[in-house]
Amino acid sequence: MTVYLLRRILQALLVLVAMSIIVFVGVYAVGDPVEILISPDADQIERERAIIALGLDLPLWEQYAVFLWRALQGDLGRSFVYNEPALQLILQKMPATLELAFGAMFISILIGLPLGLYAGLKPDSVGSKAIMAGSILGFSLPTFWVGLMLIMVFAVQLGWLPSTGRGDTAAFLGVQWSFLTADGLAHIVMPAVNLALFKISLVVRLTRSGVRETMLMDYVKFARAKGLSPARVTYVHVFKNILIPVVTVVGLELGSTIAFSVVTESVFAWPGMGKLIIDSINVLDRPVIVAYLLIIVVMFIFINLVVDLLYSALDPRVRLEGKA
Amino acid sequence: MPWTLRALSFRSLAVAGLAVAGILSFAAPAQAQNLTMGVGAPVTSIDPHFHQLSPNNAVAGMIFDRLINTDAQARMTPGLAESWAAIAPDVWEFRLRRGVKFHNGSDFTAEDVAFTFQRVPNVPNSPSSFAAFVRPIKSVEVVDSHTLRITTHGPYPLLPQDMTNIYILDRETHQGVATEDFNAGRAAIGTGPYRMVSHRLGDRIEFERNDQYFGERPAFARVNYRMIINESARTAALLAGDVDFIDQVPTADLARLRRDPRLALSETVGLRLIYIAVDHMRSDASPFVTDNEGRPIAQNPLKDLRVRRALSMSIDRAAIASRIMEGSATPAGQFLPPGIFSHVPELTAPRTDPEAARRLLAEAGFPQGFRITLHGPNNRYPNDERIIQAVGQMWTRIGVRTAIEAQPWTTFVARAGRAEFSSFLIGWGSNPEGSHPLRNIIATQNRERGWGASNRGRYSNSEIDQQLEVALTEIDDARREQLLMAAQRMAFEDVAIIPLHIQTNIWAMRNSMRHDARADELTRAQDVRAR
Repeated sequence: MTVYLLRRILQALLVLVAMSIIVFVGVYAVGDPVEILISPDADQIERERAIIALGLDLPLWEQYAVFLWRALQGDLGRSFVYNEPALQLILQKMPATLELAFGAMFISILIGLPLGLYAGLKPDSVGSKAIMAGSILGFSLPTFWVGLMLIMVFAVQLGWLPSTGRGDTAAFLGVQWSFLTADGLAHIVMPAVNLALFKISLVVRLTRSGVRETMLMDYVKFARAKGLSPARVTYVHVFKNILIPVVTVVGLELGSTIAFSVVTESVFAWPGMGKLIIDSINVLDRPVIVAYLLIIVVMFIFINLVVDLLYSALDPRVRLEGKA
Repeated sequence: MPWTLRALSFRSLAVAGLAVAGILSFAAPAQAQNLTMGVGAPVTSIDPHFHQLSPNNAVAGMIFDRLINTDAQARMTPGLAESWAAIAPDVWEFRLRRGVKFHNGSDFTAEDVAFTFQRVPNVPNSPSSFAAFVRPIKSVEVVDSHTLRITTHGPYPLLPQDMTNIYILDRETHQGVATEDFNAGRAAIGTGPYRMVSHRLGDRIEFERNDQYFGERPAFARVNYRMIINESARTAALLAGDVDFIDQVPTADLARLRRDPRLALSETVGLRLIYIAVDHMRSDASPFVTDNEGRPIAQNPLKDLRVRRALSMSIDRAAIASRIMEGSATPAGQFLPPGIFSHVPELTAPRTDPEAARRLLAEAGFPQGFRITLHGPNNRYPNDERIIQAVGQMWTRIGVRTAIEAQPWTTFVARAGRAEFSSFLIGWGSNPEGSHPLRNIIATQNRERGWGASNRGRYSNSEIDQQLEVALTEIDDARREQLLMAAQRMAFEDVAIIPLHIQTNIWAMRNSMRHDARADELTRAQDVRAR
């Protein structure tokens, strides 16, 4: 087990180093941060000063070495644009993204599971055909378009919900959250639904196929033959078994929801990490881009590791390599 | 992804089936004391000396003051200085306003100005500092608590203009403070009409009125300054009543917003010229110019004045301004709009004449034209990509077969800076004085003088350089204006750049409000009033 963990951590470190190198080379290839950040009427002396101030006068490999050395001491650099530590900037924006992502996951389960169950149990009914057709839309409609349509309908036309922004927040565990206030909740509904749309479709489809598969299993037939009520068969025998793949996929999707909330956050002016990274990419704020991607990589590695460990705990058939 | 987001305008939404005009309902009007503004560009710092960037300057203009402020039409008006004059060619005397207090009660004195000048060039990690504005200053003499004498390195007529860029801090309060202290609010203490209450980086800033302000009292007691970068979302926030006021109104929404009786627009001709720069650097083959068979042309045709004039004459600027810019631009033949110091009355937008353009091309030895690639950004200026498409068609019409290549600004500007293109669209926001664009984009590149840093076409004309050099040391405004006008005439007669149009700055708001539209594009709460 320890060997396995060590190996995973080593792999993770390699991925992190590779990622940071890619970002360094990528930003270097795209353009020059100073050209973008500097006032157009800056003269040559001022341009040279800015290049030195941002550490861009060194050769690329030296810039990377400086970054690596500081990173080993826990310092991922300061944002070119905000002059604040990049890590701190991202962590400040993280709660907003996390609550949006968790809100979206919650909505996708709340809506997706019952619909999927229904579609699986009554596959030929009109209702489930409508659900399945709807899930295709959920997969295929572009997020930003749906987001703008939501704003047009619910904020502009009906005036039920605020169009953009995060609204009031309240402190919990020293962090500001918006789901604790009514105004905050009103603000989070639309972006969360927007972000959830794809996941709802995913959960519907997973649940439906799971139910249809499970219904044919011997133990379900046996339960029926035993004379158990249909409700008990569905909610105890079938439901329990389909939950395993659904929970796994939803858990894994959490990572991508956090990482890809970028579009939703831009459309709804939601002040999270995704909006920060888009703003940062537009001005080639390399320290923030690097720090963001490293955090996302760490998050994915961590989630995958947890899932692997849970699997081996839950299912004795799964044996982790290196254990023997 | 951001460019696809941006590409989606309200017009396409309407086409998508939601024609909403007329059936919108506004939320109950906010109390008249509060103002919520939605701005389209992120404010990156509250430190007024950290990053020279319009959104930052706008917010600095709410919290802090300058010695010399500027009005909506970019004219100098007394700020913390009540009067100023050159008492010798290289000595300026500023008489400061008495009785002004910082938000924390500290008195404003001449010492604060001297302290500010010391801080400006020494802000750590600044990606674009204000140092150039204090570099001409040789020494600062505090004559008494409210009189200041500034000695410059040689005669320097632009000192007052430079002073409109420096926001004044307090020596007692701001000794040793860092950029973070401003962002956190601890050091966001100025003399300006608003004090900062809270700040969430890249999201929103809250202000309350400074009732002790020495100038005109702002109309709104509390201001919520929200950054809504996506332009469709910004317009939607206004339509939904979540914000009272927005800037950078997308041109595609203009017609609709104008029709909406619940809204009012404010607009003014700005100071930003959109133009096409051409390769003046290469006498031999230019990288994106070929003959009609695709072979390089040994001599760069863009070096020939007749070719440049032909390209300029072929462009129908009025059509671009009315169709593509939806009327939010004025065809231009020079840097500055009328009414601004050193505007040249007779330099009007070149007349469109494709026939004459073809003749000029033939005279220059290109009766069959040639091929060129026109580059430009696709996410920087309003409708930038569509403008280069239109120009490309107009050039093709006179026989210069034009290919178009639009790129994200991040990639584009680095390549343009390295002079990789043969022709490209770009913009320039001028200070209200002709020496500013001349020095930066027309003058020959020269590191010692700090000239031509944005001269990406590498134009070079020693006559203009000489004229500019004289102008930059001419203290007398009338004489300087003549010199600058002469230099601009030379530049545009030689088609150093191909001017297209000057943008109109547009804001939209509830019709219960009015706004002094600013030529310098700054969006500030004190410029908004109840109607």
